[in-house]
Amino acid sequence: MTYIPRLLRGQSVLLALALLVLFGAWRYDHFLGLFNVLTFLRYNSMFALIALGMCFVIMTGGIDLSVGSTAAMASVVAAYVSPYGLLPGLACGALAGIAVGVLNGLLITQLNILPFIATLASMLAASGLGLLLAGNESISVSYESGFTVIGQGDILGFPIPAWIAIMVFALGSLILNFTSFGRNILAVGGGEDAAHLMGLPVNRVKFIVYVISGLMAGLAGVQLAAQFGAGQPTEGLGWELFAIASVVVGGTLLTGGVGSVGATLSGVLLLGLVFNILNFENGMGFVSLRAHWQSILRGAFLLLVVIVQSRLALRVRRRIRLSAN
Amino acid sequence: MDGPLPLLRMEGMNKRFSGVPALSGASLDIDPGEVHALVGQNGAGKSTLIKILTGAYRKDAGDITFEGRRIEFASPEAAQRGGISTIYQEINLIPYRSVAENIFLGRPYRRFGFLDWPRMNREATELLRRFDVRIDVHEPLFAFNTAIQQMVAIARAVSFDAKLVIMDEPTSSLADNEVEILYGVIRQLRATGISVIFVSHKLDELYEVCDRVTVMRDGRTIATTSMAEISKLELVAAMLGRDMQSVRREGQTSFHGKSHGVHRDLLSADGLVAGTKVKNASVSVSSGEISGLAGLLGSGRTEVARLIFGVDQPDAGTIVMEGRAVKFAEPIDAINRGIGYCSEDRKVEGIVPEMSVRENLTLAILPRLSQWGIVDEVRQQEIVNKFIERLGIKTSGPDQKIRELSGGNQQKVLLARWLCLDPKVLILDEPTRGIDVGGKAEIQMLIRELAEAGLGVLMISSELEEVIEGSDRVFVLRDGRTVADLQREELSEIVVMTAMAHGEGTADGNAA
Amino acid sequence: MAMRLSAVDRDAEPTGTRVLLWLSRYGTILALVLLILFNLAFTRNFATWQTLNINLTQVSTIVIVAIGMTLVIGSGGIDLSVGSLMAIAGALAPLIFLNRIVEFPNIYVGVAFAFVIPVMIAGLFGYLNGWLITRFNVQPIVGTLILFIAGRGIAQSFTDSNQVIFTTPEFQFIGLGRVFGIPIQVLIMTVIVVLAAWTIRRTIFGKQLLAIGGNETAARLAGVRVTRIKRQVYTISGICSGIAGIIVIARNSAADSNLVGLGVELDAIAAVAVGGTLLTGGRAYVFGTLLGALIIQLVRFTLLANGVPDAAALVIKAGLIILAVWLQRRAAS
Repeated sequence: MTYIPRLLRGQSVLLALALLVLFGAWRYDHFLGLFNVLTFLRYNSMFALIALGMCFVIMTGGIDLSVGSTAAMASVVAAYVSPYGLLPGLACGALAGIAVGVLNGLLITQLNILPFIATLASMLAASGLGLLLAGNESISVSYESGFTVIGQGDILGFPIPAWIAIMVFALGSLILNFTSFGRNILAVGGGEDAAHLMGLPVNRVKFIVYVISGLMAGLAGVQLAAQFGAGQPTEGLGWELFAIASVVVGGTLLTGGVGSVGATLSGVLLLGLVFNILNFENGMGFVSLRAHWQSILRGAFLLLVVIVQSRLALRVRRRIRLSAN
Repeated sequence: MDGPLPLLRMEGMNKRFSGVPALSGASLDIDPGEVHALVGQNGAGKSTLIKILTGAYRKDAGDITFEGRRIEFASPEAAQRGGISTIYQEINLIPYRSVAENIFLGRPYRRFGFLDWPRMNREATELLRRFDVRIDVHEPLFAFNTAIQQMVAIARAVSFDAKLVIMDEPTSSLADNEVEILYGVIRQLRATGISVIFVSHKLDELYEVCDRVTVMRDGRTIATTSMAEISKLELVAAMLGRDMQSVRREGQTSFHGKSHGVHRDLLSADGLVAGTKVKNASVSVSSGEISGLAGLLGSGRTEVARLIFGVDQPDAGTIVMEGRAVKFAEPIDAINRGIGYCSEDRKVEGIVPEMSVRENLTLAILPRLSQWGIVDEVRQQEIVNKFIERLGIKTSGPDQKIRELSGGNQQKVLLARWLCLDPKVLILDEPTRGIDVGGKAEIQMLIRELAEAGLGVLMISSELEEVIEGSDRVFVLRDGRTVADLQREELSEIVVMTAMAHGEGTADGNAA
Repeated sequence: MAMRLSAVDRDAEPTGTRVLLWLSRYGTILALVLLILFNLAFTRNFATWQTLNINLTQVSTIVIVAIGMTLVIGSGGIDLSVGSLMAIAGALAPLIFLNRIVEFPNIYVGVAFAFVIPVMIAGLFGYLNGWLITRFNVQPIVGTLILFIAGRGIAQSFTDSNQVIFTTPEFQFIGLGRVFGIPIQVLIMTVIVVLAAWTIRRTIFGKQLLAIGGNETAARLAGVRVTRIKRQVYTISGICSGIAGIIVIARNSAADSNLVGLGVELDAIAAVAVGGTLLTGGRAYVFGTLLGALIIQLVRFTLLANGVPDAAALVIKAGLIILAVWLQRRAAS
């Protein structure tokens, strides 16, 4: 009984995901082939990390536009440190992300600047810093130090980035569902005033989610550098909006208060699969479906979700208004 | 000390807001295990008193003793931990979260460092079962009706080991059968020794569940007595500040004279029904007349006005304007038929704070001042000047931001917003609320003048003298129903108060 | 001594407040003047016609988009789809004047249609944004995010993701031509700025729009047709984006749907914020937005001209936004 409502809500995304996988398996020979699956997971784990951070932020009713350029900047930092080894590279990339997260958290909770504007500014700043650090070029990663293992290596035949994403999502789910901090996130997003009256540490919760989001962007940046062998200061443009889209497709309300870590993962995979299937379709050569269909389909998914969500939101609002008047 | 100690004693409470006294020496005594009604008009100081008790405001002076100890809570949360929980009118829970979670948010059960959901769900179910509420506590709160949501709020309070539960108009959005459930819970609380402060304006329910009542007026405690020893009429009189002996006094307001001659029926609403607040309301307005709409708080006055103006849609009932049935889908439709509506909440529904006096004053008339969408600034200025002068609006100039004006002057600007449209019917919801004495008199005089000039006015007011002296005809609402339609000749305070108290507006005036 | 100190203290507080208020009102102009003075002193060849034209040309499309954004933000919303709508208009225009859709009898008819149709289509998509937002009560950020994502794909589908290169002077005068030495796009920008400022100040639409942004409930009760006005605002923003899209492709002699208008929504929002329009709605400083865009452009130019890398301009832009918003916030409270 316990999680039936939550499971149901996740299921529509999961269902769409399953249908898409079945469709791909039926239509393309190598769709479920090891190579495709592993490549797909390796590449998308980067976006999964960012989407997880975004999911936490959005559940408090905020937004973080800075994740894409933070990832780009972190990739540069990680690339510079990569000659010293895997751990230093990883740590410094993550720290770069955390720094931006701390900045966001301070601007939003201390100066009371709207999350949209605060993170817009830090997005510009992170992007500028990344470019300055890298001198407008890609920074090659050291291949001798073992740094690239974190992006290109496997454990038990499974890509390390995917392991990381799975672990992070499991941890995220644990935090959200089984710690006070996780429940406070949803409470703050679901009704800030009520949360305040209940004595929840509203500002602290907000601050921490932005730091988490920064950390996730930093880890994604490390992945970016390790997978593609270079710190890339010009990458990351528009990542934030695709992350928002996957979070929303995953059923998390942008107004905050409702969300699921698992469904966010489904959202990322769903949007990623659309791209993957289009690649196969082109490979088959029957119809020339270009990459642009990917964005149109992603937009269509988002539209669908938004309309469905607006129904739910309307229902809730009616109830709330009834009790408010 | 001998005798049973009161659970709570508040004495000599003082509080001022920017110099204006909200409480002057108010007091409140609550015994253990009693249900205590707290009543009073708007601005009587009830909510200030409660907010000081629960730590939302700081007192200026006074003593609070709770369970024999002097206390002063720093925040509602501290009060909650100290044993005083408040069930707010707009339920302060989190709609998307489950019932169990709403009960335990802020101090959950843990096992091995992680949240112990099975235990929380079990205890939440148990807790609610004590109040005879059997629901699936895994469901999100919004899936349940308001009464259940209130039960959840009460369960949360009880789970905090509350000794005192404050309920602020808990029945205002409940259906009749839901109210019964709530009564059951309140009696349950009393039986377990928990005290309840019950703020409400529905007299019947006070007599139904409360043991004692404290009446407040103008920041003071007027009376505390057992419910059995005070009649409804006496209670209404105490709230409104009327002396039973001299209820016929006149001349306190600036409404002088009554209108004369034959009046055309302009607007009538018949049998309006909407939600739980409006059950069967009928009012009508004639040209050149002021129709008063009286009733205690929560009787559905504002809701009726909103239905007429097309802000909300009625579930049933008809509205007839100048002989034709009308249906207004949006306020603009009502405006185009010649109706204006000054809402009760100036800040939220009236002014656009960042805009100038000029823009605020002409907001509704703009379409008529424009040709091809371009505003005729000369005519706009003429209108603004004319009404600033005619209503005596005190402002440094039409370009001043409206938020910088005093309440009375803001209200005049909002009146002017409608008057410049030359409407046939003007609905005024608490036109003099929160306005100082001088401003009040001016506005009352103005309303009368306007009626003399042929305008039909529907005036909602909580102030008895304003309604009685100002109106040519008074409709009395009680629990969403029109219970009396009083013509000029029949109007007296005793009759109106009787209608508010007992429902039927006719004679048995000396029920006291 | 003590008395003097306390006297100073007493004066200090109101002075601080006054400085703050003054800065929040005239800070944008002050910043622009300081930037110009700095350049006059330190940047070689600054006071030339050419420098002016370069800066104005580079800023014009951002300003045009930002004006639409100013109106949207004034009504309490936001429009993320502007860049994608630019791409749509930009992809459509060459198809029309290159006779890929219909054969036009002469190039001027084709060019005329190539101006009008894409702008109208962009306006239509803007209306779609407004419809979505008002019909489903969707937050503007989400409502316009849909077209932000899908719009670029739609633009690419027009040209099958290919870049369309052309040399059509009849069309390109809008991006390359000059009248009395002034680039035409700068003239268009000026007209739009003036028109928008006039709309806000003189028309019923402008006043109702600000009333909605300032207090939607009060506006509705005063008879403002909230839904209609909101849809119109997003339509206007779409039209502005369409115009900007056409200018960009004319300037580049190429329509590349992958790049046209990329990231312009952020530039536009930044210009609006630096220009002093609060993102909470109810105010719309059109000239402020123009100044904001100019400042951001001039900072970039100044740094470039003095050998500081372009990237540093981004960091400074971030600082400017925070400073502007913080000033407005402080002054408001």
